[in-house]
Parts: sequence; C-alpha cells; structure tokens
Amino acid sequence: MAEPAYIPALAIPALARPLLPRHSAVVRITHWVHTLSFVGLLVSGIAILLAHPRLYWGETGAVGMPSLLDLPLPFVLTGQSGWGRSLHFLSAWLAVLNGAVYILSGLATRHFRNDLLRQRSYNALQRATYLAVVFLLFPLVVATGLAMSPAITSVLPALVNVFGGTQSARTLHFFAASSLVLFLAGHIAMVCWNGFTGLMRSMTIGIKEPS
Amino acid sequence: MSGKISRRKLVFAGLAGASGLAAAAKLAEQYGLVPPDHGGLYGAGETLTYAAQRLLTSHHSLAREFDRSQISKVIPVNGQPPGTEPYRRLLADGFRKWRLMVEGLVARPTAFSLEDLRQLPFRTQITQQACEEGWSVIVEYTGVPLSSVLNLVGIQAQAKFVVFFPFDEVWDSLDMADAWHPQTLLAYRMNGQELPAPHGAPLRLRVPRQLGYKSVKYLSRILVTDTVKNVGSGLGSISPELGYSWYAGI
Repeated sequence: MAEPAYIPALAIPALARPLLPRHSAVVRITHWVHTLSFVGLLVSGIAILLAHPRLYWGETGAVGMPSLLDLPLPFVLTGQSGWGRSLHFLSAWLAVLNGAVYILSGLATRHFRNDLLRQRSYNALQRATYLAVVFLLFPLVVATGLAMSPAITSVLPALVNVFGGTQSARTLHFFAASSLVLFLAGHIAMVCWNGFTGLMRSMTIGIKEPS
Repeated sequence: MSGKISRRKLVFAGLAGASGLAAAAKLAEQYGLVPPDHGGLYGAGETLTYAAQRLLTSHHSLAREFDRSQISKVIPVNGQPPGTEPYRRLLADGFRKWRLMVEGLVARPTAFSLEDLRQLPFRTQITQQACEEGWSVIVEYTGVPLSSVLNLVGIQAQAKFVVFFPFDEVWDSLDMADAWHPQTLLAYRMNGQELPAPHGAPLRLRVPRQLGYKSVKYLSRILVTDTVKNVGSGLGSISPELGYSWYAGI
C-alpha cells in the first residue's frame, strides 16, 4: 500500500494551514488503542488509589506509620478497588501489548529515527517530550507497577529493590502516572491550539491524496 | 484492487488469529493456566496475568524475606474475629478443642489439634504482607509448611486445588503451585507470640507471593479437590463474588 505523500505545492490554497499528511496505519491504530487503554488505566488507577490515598517511602507504609504525602482525597473503602484492579490489569495488558507493536514497528519503519530524532515538522521540545514519554515515562510506569507484584518480585527481587521498596515503587508509580496525565493535558491542548480538525484527520481518516 | 487483497488478508489473519487463540486456550487449560474466575471481559485480563505469572514463577521462586529489624511496629487489621458462638467458645477455651480437618482427595483424612501442628517441623519467615488497598507491612510468622500437612495426609494425583474454610465466610483456595510452595504456611505464631485473634487465631494461612487477602484467617477445614466448580459459586474463592480476583499475585 502506498503511503500518501504531502506535496506542499499541491496543498489546497483556500486553507489557512497546510494539510497534514496522514500518519501510518500502525501509528493511527496504536494511537487510539492506547487512548482506550490509557483511559481504562487512569479511571481504574484512581479507584485503586482511593482505597488508600496516602504515599510512603521504603518497603512498608500503613495507617499509623509516617507517610510521605497524604493526598487531599477521601479513603474509599467500599470495594471500588476490586473492579479497579481488574480493569487496571486488563488495560495494562492492552497498553503493554499495543505499546510493543508500536515500538517494534516504530523501530522497523524507522519512524522514531526519521520523525522523532531528526525531523522538520516537530520542534525540538516536542520531539524530546515524545521520546521521553515513550522511552522513559512508560517503561518507568510499567516497571514500578510490576515492582508492586509479590509474585513477580519473587522472581526478580532487583526490580523492587532498585526503587527502594514496595511503597517507594508505589509512590514512583503515582508520580510517573501523574506525569503522563500532565503530558496528556499538554498533548490535547497542543492539538486544539494547532488546528483540532486537521490533526484529528491526520490521526484518523487522513485526507485524500492531492491528485 | 489493493483494497480487496488487504481485505482477504484481513479475513485470513482473523481466522488464523481466532484458531490460534482457541488452541492457546486449550493448551492453557491443560497446563493449569486458567483461573476459576476466567469468565467475562475482566476474566481475559485475569487469565493473562495468572498464566504469565505461573510460567514466570514455575520454579518455586521465593518471596523476599527480611531482617528482624525491619519488622513493622504497626500491623493494621482488616475485619474482626468471627462473632459466631462456636468460634467464641473455642477462643475462650484457648482453642484446646479446636481441630483442623483435612479431607477430600487425600489418603488419610485427619483432624489436627493445635498441639499436633506445633509438634510438626516449623518454619519462621519474615515476609511482606501487602494489602489489596495499597498498604504493606513486614511481619514474622511461624507455622507448619502446608506441604508438610499435605504429605502427611497423602494427596491424590488428580488434586488441583486446596480449599480453605474459615470460621467466617471468607473462604479461598490455592492451586497446587502455591499449595506446595515452601513459604506457604499454616501459621500459629506472629512476631514471636501466639497468633492474636484479630490476626486469625488459632491458625491462618500465609501465602507471601500473593496479596494479603489470600492469607485466610481463622482456619477450620481444608479440602483437597480436583475442581472448585461446586464450592460456593464455583469461582475458587469468595473474592470474585465481592469483585476481587481469585489470583492475587498482581
């Protein structure tokens, strides 16, 4: 299948902004699958957090022990973390499998090298932010999540020890996830700022190739 | 033209994917990689997590153990000891008349007294107890490895689950991987003292490779079985009925 090319000379002149080329099919599909899993992770993550909205450092932490941060949220002990955990892990599997497809295809097609390492359509700040989100924040949020698993740390104790303990991993998981939410807010703001319709088209149905 | 080809490819890929999934599901079932609560949308996630972690932990990997100096000063309690008359009477009597019945697919069904269990080789371990709510503490437990009791009663080859019935309604079950695990204890001492009533006296289960709620308190009866379909709602534990996973290795 031929990739649609963007030829500036052929852009429809009536539009104030140039038409954007459509992203590759893999990028478009993984983007929206990821959106779905991200919403699932965020909603369920909040449900889990509300069972104990307090953060600690080290191995242990509980009511009656010194905390690092008491979030200004109520303790919700009505069993919301049950479905919260089920949805969290289902969404996490979706995010990790989808992320693997995105990263492997991004490496194979040189999407990261050509479009994010050296490119013209995004500025340096945008490219650095995207690369940091994909290659630092996401791996960190996955690793700190797995570090809270007593089964996985029985096989890989280093995974939790490197973060300084179960509660440290939980705290870092919270801050990594919060950073991703901040990124999402910035991402949506930038999409609105730079022409919502055009950018949504480039991430969905695209535009007809100029003929 | 190209649209037609990709559509045909898509159909083939879909068929291949579907038959691949069906084959994988059959294999997983055969190797005990499907949890009792595998139904529904969330069941897909539960199954993936359980299967992946069972493959990963297949060599009896040990949960981390800690130094005595790391034992937590505060140990929160969830729930209260059973208020039922039989339990209260046993508690008042120091559990002298209490017996742990072990039955089902065993060669020698046995009723163990607390004294019988104390005579058996014991294990003391300092492990982390992580609650599903998010908090965690480090606690020392002493007790009989469940594997010793299973060896004493003689497990039959078709056994697939060990079910734990307490004096309250919070029953649960383990697969054989966790049942035979060396750190799975029937604990009667906590932090060097008799197990206090709120922590599960006279005997509680400890399963350090799973979240705290799998460590059933106030044990009364153990059933060895090849299926949990006819126990309770057939989901392996009361937890799925309350919205929580049967497998809590997370």
